[in-house]
Amino acid sequence: MKKVILVRYGEIMLKGLNRPVFESALMRNIKHSLSGLGKTAIRCSQARIYIEPGQDDFDFEGAVSRLTKVLGIVSVSIVWKVASDFEEIKKYSAEMVREYISKPGRITAKASAGGPGASDGTFRFKVETKRGNKRFPMESPEISRQLGGYLLKSVPGLKVDVNDPDFVFFVEVREHTYLYCDIIPAFGGLPVGTSGKGMLLLSGGIDSPVAGWMMAKRGMEIEAVHFHTYPYTSERARDKVITLAKIMAQYCRRIRLHIVPFTEIQLGINDRCPQEYLTILMRRAMMMISEKIAAQNGAIALITGESLGQVASQTAEAMAVTNNAVSMPVFRPLIGMDKNEVVEIARKIDTYETSILPYEDCCTVFVAKHPRTKPKLEEAQEYESRLDLEEMIERAIRDTETMTIGD
Amino acid sequence: MASEIYLDNSATTRQYDEVTSLMADVAANNYGNPSSLHTRGIEAERIVSGARETIAALLGAQPSEIYFTSGGTESNNLAVIGYLDANPRKGRHVITTRIEHPSVLEVFRHLESKGYKVDYLDVDGNGRIIPGQLEEKIRPDTALIGIILVNNETGTMQDISRIAAIRDALNPQTVIHADAVQAFGKIKLTPARSGIGLMSLSSHKIHGPKGVGALYVSKGIRINPLFYGGGQEGLIRSGTENVPGIAGFGLAARMTAERTQENLLKAARLKQMLIDGLASSDIEHRVNSPGDALPYIINISFKNVRAEVLLHHLEQRRIFVSTGSACSSNKKNRSHVLAAMNISQEWIDGAIRFSLSHQNTEEEMRLTTDALKDIIPVINIRKKSRAGRNI
Repeated sequence: MKKVILVRYGEIMLKGLNRPVFESALMRNIKHSLSGLGKTAIRCSQARIYIEPGQDDFDFEGAVSRLTKVLGIVSVSIVWKVASDFEEIKKYSAEMVREYISKPGRITAKASAGGPGASDGTFRFKVETKRGNKRFPMESPEISRQLGGYLLKSVPGLKVDVNDPDFVFFVEVREHTYLYCDIIPAFGGLPVGTSGKGMLLLSGGIDSPVAGWMMAKRGMEIEAVHFHTYPYTSERARDKVITLAKIMAQYCRRIRLHIVPFTEIQLGINDRCPQEYLTILMRRAMMMISEKIAAQNGAIALITGESLGQVASQTAEAMAVTNNAVSMPVFRPLIGMDKNEVVEIARKIDTYETSILPYEDCCTVFVAKHPRTKPKLEEAQEYESRLDLEEMIERAIRDTETMTIGD
Repeated sequence: MASEIYLDNSATTRQYDEVTSLMADVAANNYGNPSSLHTRGIEAERIVSGARETIAALLGAQPSEIYFTSGGTESNNLAVIGYLDANPRKGRHVITTRIEHPSVLEVFRHLESKGYKVDYLDVDGNGRIIPGQLEEKIRPDTALIGIILVNNETGTMQDISRIAAIRDALNPQTVIHADAVQAFGKIKLTPARSGIGLMSLSSHKIHGPKGVGALYVSKGIRINPLFYGGGQEGLIRSGTENVPGIAGFGLAARMTAERTQENLLKAARLKQMLIDGLASSDIEHRVNSPGDALPYIINISFKNVRAEVLLHHLEQRRIFVSTGSACSSNKKNRSHVLAAMNISQEWIDGAIRFSLSHQNTEEEMRLTTDALKDIIPVINIRKKSRAGRNI
């Protein structure tokens, strides 16, 4: 018997001739995510990936928690790989089930929530068999029935219930046979690195990390731009964005982060343009800079965390004016989402707690009391012409600090 | 010219070099556990006892009245919770002020949730409690009064002998806890003579190490521990003693005490320089600290300025200050101390705390005043919005 990790991926299978490209990207990302855990053999076979550790004291739980963050993976199981021989299968199945039900807090949760099971000290279960290896002498239902009967006899505290089991015991008969009880869900999507590169405008709030993550989930490689207005904001605002990038890098393999000094532009706009246009002009300048940095770094799209109508600068009219500043496509994956939906994802991907740290508060200095919700492009352009925007943008890009996070 | 101007000494101070070397020496050479029976243990125990004697002597107290803790917050918690826990029959009513440090205020909030009746005393425009109000509030079942001796945001000093006299007249059973974290080392403290039963001290506000403090518990007052274990510190504070830290605290206390009077005069001179410098400029401001406050802490509001923006601009010139108290500057809520003094929201938003040490110089005060004159016109909120509207 050998303990291995079984990785399932879904959507990649649909990709026809591109499938090998996606699979090798996924394998590469898996290998990267497991670095530091010791030697492993990663093998792809029949739309499954098997990870076999090279050492006995391999940290399976740690590996699973990393793998569930690799985008493109649908689910993960820790499985026992045994010979496709029914006596072997019986012996190890009993051992595995005994171990499984003795682990506290695993399936008792459902029982205490009012379901059947541990209230009377027994666990209801069923066996599900898939037989891929047609040379195996028994058919799937037969295996399930016989194995179920054997487990019932040899493991105390079990009861068969095919309609509402506390747990399912899975048997997959292939060249080898794989046994497992848990299917741990992951996020699905496509492997990072299969959909080009996007440049994320990362503010440090709740929305932008989620937007970046959603595009990464569709296979994009992510780089990020952050605009820093020290000394109008704290150095902590910068540290916070780096922390967010580190959390995102767990999903995106690595993130290159460009920190752009924005104070000069911000002050220029503030001094020479009307208050109600501050935000829109600031957003336009940010887009222009991001597009330039994107082009320099081989990104083909910009990504923002905008959601329609969330704030004054995110009305359809305002976004039209903002969008006009660039020609690159701008992806806004949160455009139709409510705030609570975004928060839910932020919690799931662990960026929420960092995002709500308050360090960028004092940039409220630059917020107008009554920003225009329906700005006009011609007016924005006219105000912009009062600034030496091009020169200031050149300087900002020249003084940009770039770092790679997560490698 | 100094490479940096550190005016955030009420947040923490730069550790004395002598303290740093003593601590390194103790850590390297006296690594025993004071509870061990062998020589190594005994020599470590002697170091702790030595520091205890030093601090006791400075307070005119007995060494047995000093308990070492992890700092001001623990001392405050231990004093209030430990006393009430050990003396349930003294009553379920307690009194404190609206201008306590969070490590006291939050303890009283917690007590409220446990069913205690808590009265929070108001303060006047100078941040001082109103004696008449205290007289009204003391009841036969008042177990404890918690008072911050020197306020950490404004430097306001409370008249402790007056407070003790009111207590003596109305309910001598009531124990006074004094939060002396900002006062220790800056003014002479004699708790026994002042009628203080419990008093919290911290090491890192007097150029000692962080993570060390003490609680003075007057002889005859019983308190219970906050946590249980090996029974160190007379059963009151279990856990192996922080020997290097305690050694450092003892030395810092002695070094500070040697120059208390001289330092105080210097602080008063520096405070006056800053105040005069601003008064003779055209910067619109308001000095929130009263004239007779402890001169080490100077709270000043600047008009049409957001304090944090000013803080970062000063930081760019390597001048380090605080907005309100350092502990609460991360929270969205504005200074509860300034609000209790009835200072308007607008002024609170522009409030900066300059906090001094004897290590600061007159030159630094001049440079700070000059920096304020440069920065404040640039970051004035009004100026910007007007420019915007004119266009």
